[in-house]
Amino acid sequence: MRLSYRRALTRALADELARDESVFLLGEDVRVGASTITSGLCRRFGPERVRDTPLSEQAFTSFATGAALAGMRPVVEFQIPSLLFLVFEQIVNHAHKFPLMTGGQCAVPVTYLVPGSGSRTGWAGQHSDHPYPLFAHVGVVTAVPATPTDAYGLLVSAIRHDDPVVVFAPAGALDVREDVDTLAPVPFGRGVVRRAGDEVTVVAVGHLVHDALAVAEDLAGQVSVEVFDPRTVYPFDLDGLLASVARTGRLVVFDDANRACGVAAEIVASVVERVRLAAPPRRVTRPDGAVLPFAPGLDRAVQPGREALTAAIHHVVKDAR
Amino acid sequence: MTGADPVGLYRTVRLIRRFEQRAIDLVHHGQIVGGIHPYLGQEGIAAGVCAALRPADLVTGTHRGHGHVLAKGADPARTMAELCGRETGLNRGRGGSMHAADLSVGVLGANAIVGAAGAILTGAVWARRRRGDDVVGATFFGDGAVNEGMLLEAFNLAALWRVPVLFVCENNGYATTMPVADAVAGTITGRAGAFGMPASVVDGQDPEAVHAVAAAAVARMRGGGGPELVEARTYRFDAHHTFEHVVRLDYRSPEEVAAGRARDPVDIQGDRLAPHRRAQVDAEVEATLDAAVAFALAGPEPDPAGALDHLYASGLTGRTGGGQA
Repeated sequence: MRLSYRRALTRALADELARDESVFLLGEDVRVGASTITSGLCRRFGPERVRDTPLSEQAFTSFATGAALAGMRPVVEFQIPSLLFLVFEQIVNHAHKFPLMTGGQCAVPVTYLVPGSGSRTGWAGQHSDHPYPLFAHVGVVTAVPATPTDAYGLLVSAIRHDDPVVVFAPAGALDVREDVDTLAPVPFGRGVVRRAGDEVTVVAVGHLVHDALAVAEDLAGQVSVEVFDPRTVYPFDLDGLLASVARTGRLVVFDDANRACGVAAEIVASVVERVRLAAPPRRVTRPDGAVLPFAPGLDRAVQPGREALTAAIHHVVKDAR
Repeated sequence: MTGADPVGLYRTVRLIRRFEQRAIDLVHHGQIVGGIHPYLGQEGIAAGVCAALRPADLVTGTHRGHGHVLAKGADPARTMAELCGRETGLNRGRGGSMHAADLSVGVLGANAIVGAAGAILTGAVWARRRRGDDVVGATFFGDGAVNEGMLLEAFNLAALWRVPVLFVCENNGYATTMPVADAVAGTITGRAGAFGMPASVVDGQDPEAVHAVAAAAVARMRGGGGPELVEARTYRFDAHHTFEHVVRLDYRSPEEVAAGRARDPVDIQGDRLAPHRRAQVDAEVEATLDAAVAFALAGPEPDPAGALDHLYASGLTGRTGGGQA
């Protein structure tokens, strides 16, 4: 079966809505499916379970928290990644903290689905953030699936999970298609080696997995590159990465978020605290404190790309030789 | 609608009053760390509203929240133990004064972010009703919260989707030190009007008056009505927070405080009881609180090894493997 990333998300939502009456969908323009992800779901499941909300992100995010406290499993869709800044308080200060603050009296099983996170080319400063490191930092489960199979599997796992989960579907991955045999839940904290190699490990997050695979292919014959996709950045599969680095001895992290205090920094630190690498590791990220500018050339200039990754790979390999 | 139970209302306001006084004493003796936001003077609101609710109904409280938790039926001993940070507390010592919660009696928690709880309660009540439970909710907040956009968004959602939530504004005249007149454009009930919600003003110092207004609203909501707002006018007898017992803040004149304290909900309700009945309730409350304080102080402090217990309901650990660096 040929499956696109978008339809994988739609299918995960439909399967969980059909499987579990406590699942419902909440968000802006979800009936019509303005993001294209929820298309057809209202017709099948009705407007009570596919609920359009007024433009009140803070209230409907907390509404979902309350519904989860009362036993439901809401999925909240945000059409714009930067809206997560607006509801960071509701997710972090309430949904995430309630289980601990109440001494284990409750669970808050909410899924926040962000289709089209990161640059969408031409959408400029307030629509182009990719804010997954913030959620990893505060300890909310953070999934960034790269493939249709994982988009399905991680979204299903998120909906069934008893804690809040943010699923970032990168804009750069939404057009990916692949042949799929079986679809199944994907566990959190379990990364996957997308391409085996023995000279350098590239950790790539989300859509950058595909760029990393293209670079690895380009470099075949010169450098043997292993591509590691963590799939969830929190929890992070450190054992899986350490096993890869034990084979290659070198590390590059390819992460479409700002550099300072980012996921790449955390990954590098976690590795070098434990093993001695053959060469200093490198990060390929957005610059520190970046805001994505509008003009396409400027937008591209701020995103981590294949050229920068290629240079970083050559650098760590040369350093070691 | 049930009529007021004068003794029951008195017992609740008296319990909250003495609970708060005992808690302040424990703050001064270092047995409650971090201080508390005393509910003194406002007891009639929690008592009156919660008396109009059923055990299955849901409430959320505020940072000044002990009264709401107690009035909804939480055990005073486990509530006091929570304030003292003990394993035997409602939240196993993980929440403290500002987050005391007892979901078994419908208290979804005191919530220390002003204006944040209204939308949470709206979602919870909507979900319970969707699952077939005949419940309503009451969410308490102060006058400061009426300027929080999040709460106004909650008004809109609750009214739009006709979720039976009683929005209870405890207008004690001050958001910390900011007088209402300097903070609120328009009126508090006018905010409800903007969303088509019925709203009323009640004397928050009179527990029976609060009960009557709340019971009428709850009856309308159970009969299929949408959300309503009650503005209960009250006065905070003590500090915003017990830090004021150390750092004197000059924002209320002694005359104003004396005038505010003159209308005491405990006396207003107590005067409705025969003196011997009142004395009997007082003695019962005292015995309850003696036992509560003893229980709280005897409880074990939580084991630091469990500092992050319950961080995840799923039992997740953040980093899989790698050991400690």
